[in-house]
Amino acid sequence: MSASLPLGLPWPESNLIPPRFDDLKTFHAYVHIPFCEFRCGYCDFNTYTAKEIGGLSQSSFHESLITEIDASAKILENSGYQKRSLSTLFFGGGTPSLFTSNQIEQIMTSLKGHYGFLPDIEITLEANPESASPKYLEQLAAVGVNRISLGVQSFDPKVLATLERVHDPDKVGPILKAAAELGLESSLDLIYGAPNESLDSWRKTVEIAASMGTGHVSAYSLIVEPGTKLARQIKVGELPETDDDLDAEKFEIADQVFQANGLPWYEVANWGKPSKHNHAYWGSADWWGFGPGAHSHLSGNRFWNTKHPLSYQKQLANGSPVAGIEYIDARTNLEERLMLELRTSTGIPLKVLAELGIIKSTIDPFVLDGSLKIENENLAVTAAGRLFVDRIVLQLLTN
Amino acid sequence: MAKLHSSINEVYLSPRARSALEPSLTDQDQIRNFCIIAHIDHGKSTLADRMLQLTGIVEDRQMRAQYLDRMDIERERGITIKSQAVRLPWELDNKTFALNMIDTPGHVDFTYEVSRSLAACEGAVLLVDAAQGIEAQTLANLYLAMENDLEIIPVLNKIDLPAAQTEKYAEELANLIGGSPDDCLRVSGKTGVGVEELLDRIVQRVPAPTGDINAPARAMIFDSVYDSYRGVVTYVRMIDGRLSSREQIQMMSTRAVHELLEIGVISPEPVVTKGLAAGEVGYLITGVKDVRLSKVGDTVTTKDKPAKLSLKGYAEPKPMVFSGIYPIDGSDYPNLREALDKLRLSDASLVYEPETSAALGFGFRCGFLGLLHLEIITERLEREFNLSLIATAPSVVYQVTREDNTEFIVTNPSEFPEGKIKVVKEPIVKATILSPKDYVGTIMDLCQTRRGTMIDMQYLGEDRVQLRYQLPLAEIVFDFFDQLKSKTQGYGSLDYEEAGYLPGDLVKVDLLLQGEKVDAFSSIVHKDKAYGHGTKITSKLRELIPRQQFEVPIQAAVGSRIIARESVRAVRKDVLAKCYGGDISRKRKLLEKQKEGKKRMKMVGRVEVPQDAFIKALSSDETSGTEKKK
Repeated sequence: MSASLPLGLPWPESNLIPPRFDDLKTFHAYVHIPFCEFRCGYCDFNTYTAKEIGGLSQSSFHESLITEIDASAKILENSGYQKRSLSTLFFGGGTPSLFTSNQIEQIMTSLKGHYGFLPDIEITLEANPESASPKYLEQLAAVGVNRISLGVQSFDPKVLATLERVHDPDKVGPILKAAAELGLESSLDLIYGAPNESLDSWRKTVEIAASMGTGHVSAYSLIVEPGTKLARQIKVGELPETDDDLDAEKFEIADQVFQANGLPWYEVANWGKPSKHNHAYWGSADWWGFGPGAHSHLSGNRFWNTKHPLSYQKQLANGSPVAGIEYIDARTNLEERLMLELRTSTGIPLKVLAELGIIKSTIDPFVLDGSLKIENENLAVTAAGRLFVDRIVLQLLTN
Repeated sequence: MAKLHSSINEVYLSPRARSALEPSLTDQDQIRNFCIIAHIDHGKSTLADRMLQLTGIVEDRQMRAQYLDRMDIERERGITIKSQAVRLPWELDNKTFALNMIDTPGHVDFTYEVSRSLAACEGAVLLVDAAQGIEAQTLANLYLAMENDLEIIPVLNKIDLPAAQTEKYAEELANLIGGSPDDCLRVSGKTGVGVEELLDRIVQRVPAPTGDINAPARAMIFDSVYDSYRGVVTYVRMIDGRLSSREQIQMMSTRAVHELLEIGVISPEPVVTKGLAAGEVGYLITGVKDVRLSKVGDTVTTKDKPAKLSLKGYAEPKPMVFSGIYPIDGSDYPNLREALDKLRLSDASLVYEPETSAALGFGFRCGFLGLLHLEIITERLEREFNLSLIATAPSVVYQVTREDNTEFIVTNPSEFPEGKIKVVKEPIVKATILSPKDYVGTIMDLCQTRRGTMIDMQYLGEDRVQLRYQLPLAEIVFDFFDQLKSKTQGYGSLDYEEAGYLPGDLVKVDLLLQGEKVDAFSSIVHKDKAYGHGTKITSKLRELIPRQQFEVPIQAAVGSRIIARESVRAVRKDVLAKCYGGDISRKRKLLEKQKEGKKRMKMVGRVEVPQDAFIKALSSDETSGTEKKK
């Protein structure tokens, strides 16, 4: 849910998005909840504080989402998709924990009614430490949420202040404890590379995170998006610029600490027990993204909803809320697979490289210099190659 | 605004001439041949537009801005590269005249072409921006016109501008060409004010041609243009005798005979005529496909009744700067060759021969009249032939003599001979710089750092100064003009002419990437400047070369001595951290963009070097490259 949406074609008048590829993938749902108490200075996600949206009610917004869910089921059926139960469901935002458990439940009931849930479905909800009380977690567990993803970002109050995060880092421990007692899986989201964050500060953050007994950690390097408050602060010199070299070092620190604490690395920014939902994205599975600005992918049809919640609601009332669609051809699909799957520890099947026409002599130099390895008929990045995935992909496709 | 414009049309732009004289049968008394001498941006093309409208040969609804500029590049850059001649009807005191307006290029690179255009005229309109005053190039062309005995009609243009200083510059012009400031016409090409008076003045003041209509035909070629449908279109000024269609013509420099397929005048589209007679200006088409067979300056006569003496003034255009042009993708080499072969058909001054660079592969060493010419040619190659090219830094031609007395002509620094050098001679120019007097100090500093020697300095008016310097050509071909412009806030102007060769204390500075010499970055500089040059080029390259997965040492060397070093640190990380569902389209678009960007990278050994680095590294542009690399 980035600031700028790609340009695409208009949603087809037929209201149909027939499958473009033969193989049937697993099916997933993403639900976007576009509300926050407060907008953080670095954030360019599609989210709004109550003051920013006129005439829109947070307490009834789930009804719009359910309208889209109803519509999606019809579109998929009419387009000739075989009915598939959901493998994962992810509530993201914004701050989904601003929805009551009752709102969450109504959305889940709608999804379950239309699609059904697989028995081992992973249902994740993103929460901020300040809005995730043990009581709230209990309610979520009761309606069927089984995984909680906490946006912690840092355990250093100074870094949190730079990022304009309002929570108290001391609250994270009790929340995780409560989650574990309720049988919820958990994940922590961290951000490294904030202006003025020292290596020591980051090391402390990852050490605390690793000691909390969570089964999963995501750590993203901060990207200063144009148009954010943070970008302005850096531009006028209030804050120093971010430093890629330092970020590389911080990645290594995180990796070392997490692996030592039983959280194996499995994707550029992820450690621990792999999130099934994330794998859906990287494995080009099928998912419908509900809510303003949400992206969907269904067998080569990639589309995204209009961003602003008000216009989303309005367009939804008049038909489709989709802002643009693009059709992925077979070649592009292969390139996307390379771009995404090479980010993971499993890597990408050699078969796909062959289909892309990438020959051995193009791959060999990377194997020789130790950035790629071949294992189980897959090509994957090594520890040395992980931080160069984008460059390697570009070179594989152009050399 | 629209209303105002139409009322201007009514008042000033109704055609006066109601009938036109027939070409080939027009009495020389009724012909006036003139050109317009003006600096770029002084409004020549706009004035020409108004003349086309006012004489009625282009109707208002067909009018477009800069009507006579044909090439896209001309219109985009607002400069005229190729001259043209337009026949305009005009009436004065109930007598009809045929005015031939010969459009001249206004850039220092094309002085030779200007001189031929002048030779085709009896008069010149000296057009000067009333807000800026005369510029060096205009002054040089004015002197050229005066040497050719042309009648000069001083005109101040753009009098509608609020910043116009009409009286001041009228005074300046009067000082330059004599006469009173009141003789200077005030016009506005934009609104049309004064253009009628100007046309009247041309009829009154420009002498009629006085050729011998009965003598053997002699026509001077002042322009030659390649047209993909018609072949070469040759523009001529008839001096003596006449030419008629279906006649066999002869080029006096080569004695080559061609069939005359078409003859006519431009008004402003081509109009076929029975012929052209002494005093007239028009075009010829012979079916020739290569402009080098119909060269500017040559004399055309007839095969049956050839003239004995050719007109003076023919000279081969001489390339002043050389640059290596290479395709980024080596497999484009044959396409580049084909493209150059095609461009040469329309540009006789373009010379090239194959060359090989260890860094860049197969390409061509090309000779150009100047930097603008180089830019125009590379832009046309890329645009019209869809090529992606690298142009190496321009170099002049050095004469090198070794201790053993073997002599070398060096057009490419990498060919600078090894071994003990006895003497290196470099081309010298005489430069004329005009500027407001406030900038004299800065200009003198600039010329000083460029190894210039002052010849003289004189005041043109109260506050304008003409400085004349002797400068090595190598010091000005690259970015002297840009520097002059920026140091004088745009007021300084420059013209130069060749002034022979002089010995200089010159050395070759090599550049090494990862310890390997990169021939395309070699340059020849003055010994005292070698260190500064080495430091500059290494630090520039440090900015220009993107970080790679390994460290890239950059060194500058004279012979085996390293004089400067820098390095591009290895990149530590090149991956976008987060990748959500929604980021996939965005990420793929980024990848597409990077793929495009990579096409503009050249592999030099293992190092990716951006295409434009080959020029930028050697420019002394101080404004760019300040962005800090992390």
